[in-house]
Amino acid sequence: MLTITNLHASAGDKEILKGISLTINAGEVHAIMGPNGSGKSTLAQVIAGHPGYEVTAGTIEYLGQDLLELEAEERAQAGVFLAFQYPIEIPGVTNAYFLRAAYNEIRKAHGQPELDPIEFLDVMEEKLKVVEMDASMMQRSVNAGFSGGEKKRNEILQMAVLAPKLAVLDETDSGLDIDALRIVAEGVNKLKRPDNATIVVTHYQRLLNYIVPDHVHVLAGGRIIKSGGKELALELEAKGYDWLLEPVGA
Amino acid sequence: MSASIESLVNKEYAYGFVTDIESDTIPPGLSEATIRLISAKKEEPEWLLDWRLKAFRRWQTMTEPRWPNVTYDPIDYQAHTYYSAPKSVKPLQSLDEVDPELLKTYEKLGISLTEQKRLSGVAVDAIFDSVSVGTTMKSELAKAGVIFCSFGEAVREHPELVQKYLGSVVPYSDNFFAALNSAVFSDGSFVYVPKGVTCPLDLSTYFRINAANTGQFERTLIVADEGASVSYLEGCTAPKRDEHQLHAAVVEIVALDRATVKYSTVQNWYAGDSEGKGGIYNFVTKRGKALTGAKISWTQVETGSAITWKYPSVILQGDDSVGEFYSVAVVNGAQQADTGTKMIHIGRNTRSTIISKGISAGRGQNSYRGQVKVLPKAAGARNYTQCDSMLIGNRCGAHTFPYIEVANNSATLEHEASTSKIGEDQIFYCKARGLNAEHAISLIVAGFCKEVFKELPMEFALEAQQLLGISLEGSVG
Ligand SMILES: Nc1ncnc2c1ncn2[C@@H]1O[C@H](COP(=O)(O)OP(=O)(O)O)[C@@H](O)[C@H]1O
Ligand SMILES: [Mg+2]
Repeated sequence: MLTITNLHASAGDKEILKGISLTINAGEVHAIMGPNGSGKSTLAQVIAGHPGYEVTAGTIEYLGQDLLELEAEERAQAGVFLAFQYPIEIPGVTNAYFLRAAYNEIRKAHGQPELDPIEFLDVMEEKLKVVEMDASMMQRSVNAGFSGGEKKRNEILQMAVLAPKLAVLDETDSGLDIDALRIVAEGVNKLKRPDNATIVVTHYQRLLNYIVPDHVHVLAGGRIIKSGGKELALELEAKGYDWLLEPVGA
Repeated sequence: MSASIESLVNKEYAYGFVTDIESDTIPPGLSEATIRLISAKKEEPEWLLDWRLKAFRRWQTMTEPRWPNVTYDPIDYQAHTYYSAPKSVKPLQSLDEVDPELLKTYEKLGISLTEQKRLSGVAVDAIFDSVSVGTTMKSELAKAGVIFCSFGEAVREHPELVQKYLGSVVPYSDNFFAALNSAVFSDGSFVYVPKGVTCPLDLSTYFRINAANTGQFERTLIVADEGASVSYLEGCTAPKRDEHQLHAAVVEIVALDRATVKYSTVQNWYAGDSEGKGGIYNFVTKRGKALTGAKISWTQVETGSAITWKYPSVILQGDDSVGEFYSVAVVNGAQQADTGTKMIHIGRNTRSTIISKGISAGRGQNSYRGQVKVLPKAAGARNYTQCDSMLIGNRCGAHTFPYIEVANNSATLEHEASTSKIGEDQIFYCKARGLNAEHAISLIVAGFCKEVFKELPMEFALEAQQLLGISLEGSVG
């Protein structure tokens, strides 16, 4: 589904991603772990098409298309979804309005008719249950004045509504208490289908008790320095990152 | 990163066409003779000519205000034409007599004056250059006793009302542009809602400047008698021309005891090109006087004009009177706006609310200028002011000039202000959800303006939202 080959990306003069290669098949969950500042969010943003990062080398192929050729909105319309580490606030625009606008853009891109606010209510109601969110949240402005946990949950709600093929969750677990973590993780698990894939970015192993990955990758200094199965996450939890990092510096 | 935000291309102004129609236009220039000529053409009574002449003499002693935060080349008042009327417009018996060219013009602007197709529930007075070309729904209004007609007709048919209220809120000596307007105004709309009557329809005036080098100086007078209420809408467009055109209007509102007047404007005069060539200079005086328990509410969406100079104000004369000002002002390209309001609290327990949203894009400069004045007798006066600015790109500016004078210590004033920037991150967030940049901007801006849009009548709110989208189209790459 997603093939990243030798990806280099920089912001300004600073090279952040220094040759990443990664293959993700439909139905898989991949965890990307690594210390702060290693480039995890940059990778997530590059996949989503953030204009602030320049891809200087390498390719990303997504469902047979050159992903880097597409505008960010075209990627979203093609089923790529990024749950932001720091969700953005849009004052004055209700969550319901925003979500319906997004939902309809994606439907339009697939030649489907748009839903009016009443029809959309039904879609919403069902998805709110997935993340155990109260309907009153829909009348509040997008992320404005939301607590950290509410923002993260709102990202998962958007994911539930937009039903992406490839979801990238960037530190969705940080800032969540244990109940919220469980709800979010269960939400992600409920949305899992054989034809979609998920990348979970985290630097704690905690989340991976709930969302069990098929593959775990360690990102450090803009490179994937180790890949393994779910047991790698446990090993990292026990030993930290240092044992992996030393050989890189050597 | 901001380079993409800066890539500005203005969407074509959709109302920039010129109507080919024969006009009765007087030669350029301004003197007592010009004023006598205008008055004679309009067959006005002596008292009105006298009033105009007094205004003109006063104007000659005044100088153009220099304090607004706008810059423009000096205006040559002798180079303008002060009267232009489509030849075919005579006092009309019915709208069927309106020149088809004019009807077509308004159709193109989305305003239907023909009886079958007009907006339901709205009566329209259409002003083309210097004169009113027709007022719809008159008979429906007459049943309720509401007078809604062109200013010229009001002078002929209801001289006592005009004479009583003309200049009672904005005297001819008020300011340079008001004096100019008082001297040369050619037409406008007049509204009178009798005691206790709730006007059964929204009233609307649609202003169109067509002729080249012709200023538009219309005058609107709205009187709501005791306990009456009315909602009034104003829209404006002009052709694209390379020269600047002058628009200096006056609007006066009188709200007698317990009356309510809601005045909404969507101003979309031609703004000039992105280099500042052409466009309307919009110097407008709008003011209302609210007597005991009366309420005057101004809502404006200002997207057009090269220069906007406009401060819709309320004199809160009577006890318990209420004044409101809701404003969205957008500048893009080379536009400059200096706009805001004045709330003058004279009576006790008077209340005012000011919500101002300024949006600046391109090289646009947006200034909010607002005065809240509480006089000594205004015990218990309250004001709430919220003044928000939004910047799109790095070359525009937002400025705030609040003036507060309080002479009664039982008054309560609250002021909140914010400046935000539509960032690449906000746009990216929307894009990551499938919205394109243009959609993202219009969504973010509509959210920013929400508190003002909800004050607009339904049909206007939709138009305003679209207009905003168009004005800002291309402001982000
Ligand atoms: N837009 C940017 N401009 C400059 N430096 C950046 C930018 N984005 C990220 N960086 C830097 O790149 C490195 C990796 O950041 P990030 O991808 O956010 O790491 P992580 O998500 O793994 O904590 C950090 O040193 C960060 O400061
Ligand atoms: Mg990160």
